Amino acid sequence: MSAARWLGLVIVLVAASLLAVAVGTVSIPIPALWNALRRVGDTMPIMVVWTLRIPRVALAILVGAGLGMSGAALQGTMRNPLAEPYLLGVSGGAAVGAVLGLALGLGVALLPLAAFAGAVIAVVIAFFVAHAAGARGDPRVLLMAGVVVGAFANAAIMVVMANAEPNTIRNALWWMMGSVGDATWGQIANLAGYVLLGGGALIVVGRQIDVLALGEDAAAGLGLDVDAAIRRVFLIASLLAAATVSAAGLVGFVGLVVPHLVRAAGVRKHRELLVGSAITGATLVVLADLLGRVLRPPGEMPLGAVTALIGVPFFLVKLRRLV
Amino acid sequence: MIEFDDVAVRYPRSTMSALGGVTLAASRGLLTAIVGPNGSGKSTLVRALIGRIPLERGEIRVDGLATTGLSRAELARRVAVITQREELAFPLLVSEYVALGRFPHLGIWHAAEANDQRAIDASIDAAGVAALRERRIDALSGGEWQRVRLARALAQGGDVLVLDEPTTFLDIGHEMSVFELLHGLARTGKAVLLISHQLNLVARFADQLVLLHRGAVAAAGPPNSVMRAEILERVYEWPLVVSRDPAVGAPTLVPLRRR
Repeated sequence: MSAARWLGLVIVLVAASLLAVAVGTVSIPIPALWNALRRVGDTMPIMVVWTLRIPRVALAILVGAGLGMSGAALQGTMRNPLAEPYLLGVSGGAAVGAVLGLALGLGVALLPLAAFAGAVIAVVIAFFVAHAAGARGDPRVLLMAGVVVGAFANAAIMVVMANAEPNTIRNALWWMMGSVGDATWGQIANLAGYVLLGGGALIVVGRQIDVLALGEDAAAGLGLDVDAAIRRVFLIASLLAAATVSAAGLVGFVGLVVPHLVRAAGVRKHRELLVGSAITGATLVVLADLLGRVLRPPGEMPLGAVTALIGVPFFLVKLRRLV
Repeated sequence: MIEFDDVAVRYPRSTMSALGGVTLAASRGLLTAIVGPNGSGKSTLVRALIGRIPLERGEIRVDGLATTGLSRAELARRVAVITQREELAFPLLVSEYVALGRFPHLGIWHAAEANDQRAIDASIDAAGVAALRERRIDALSGGEWQRVRLARALAQGGDVLVLDEPTTFLDIGHEMSVFELLHGLARTGKAVLLISHQLNLVARFADQLVLLHRGAVAAAGPPNSVMRAEILERVYEWPLVVSRDPAVGAPTLVPLRRR
């Protein structure tokens, strides 16, 4: 992809972020926004911008980047255009892990690890189910297994909810709907660490994903330890997805849609695809969150619902081409 | 040179060995062909070579070195394998695809250098696909795709080339051009090991034939010594005659109707 297109991607992200900071229940005109960003003038816009909007947008950027990269890595490694953490049950498993972690009183820094454990268990179960069905290689079977695992995870969360205190119910519901609304700087710093680390690791192994995308035998012929490489990518992609889930709940379809958008722009190699998916995923989640805020003011639509509304039609188009 | 020395392989949960001690060799400068009925163990040899299935017994050697003593990347730098099926999930440009042949040299840390680009250019020329460089893989015809795969294998830079049925689904013209190309590559000093169902073409192009039957070598040697009716009838379990092709006099198999 040309330098101009990369610049274009970044400009769109910056523009979307500024828009998301300016627009909301209280809209802030551009001159006031500029002042507020520099912490000059009225205290009200400064407070709205710095304590509500910017943390929210920053968290949306990180969630989108993490999900976009996770999806790009999973699609390439599984050679499956429909793979993404939500549909594979990775996010659902992470949500169960996070809810349990929350119930056990884990802090912000450790919550992603509980989510990670849930995500890995979900992946292993999905693989096991697909393997038992005798078709590990068939993308559709693994996807079905993932959907089943995701449904099971949802049921597990509901079981927790049914016997929980009202406050826990509210929390659990929040996990299931996905939101960047209550962003805190601690959460942001924490997720930023996971996204930089996980995303960086995926970019490092990007060339291995290029080779894996040729198929397992071809990859082995090129000297790759196929099983180890697949495991590695799965673990890192699960960690990324788990970190976003523990910070923002279940936000589906971002990992599905984003890599396809970036590929459509002419990106084919995974290192570039991962970077492009991070930027585009960030833009998509920032815009989806903005949409959720402005569609039905003063109420909000959950972020996960907005991304699903965008993602499901996209999924159907891709599924039609695959079958 | 690549040698399979008493190679035995058994698939997990299978009572029978897929290969029961196969010994064969492919030398530099020669086109060696492995033929045999379905299920005779041809592709299993390839899977064993690339480490997708462990050896029960025996050894595979490349230039005298056991593959067990080589790292995966070292092996891939010496031996390029074109497996039977390969379908890209996400299309690449031909130039990008061929460049992946340098993966055994670059790994994940090294940047491509001038000699990598030279190897890529040379293999694209050798496979005759220079005009396709900027085409997408999913826009290639079957014959073009096989040549592009060959270019990727050549870019790996090794002296041993192993191909598992590279002419499946190709029409006569494309099939012949692939055989000509492989023959030419052998003459430039590569050891070419070709798995094929095309007995008649193989009989014309190959220097050595290895006939596999139920995981063992049933016959091996120059085409004239292997392409014999009594041997082939027994292995393929079908009545046939072997005559001479009218063009070049190579042995030609003609299957008969069963009465």
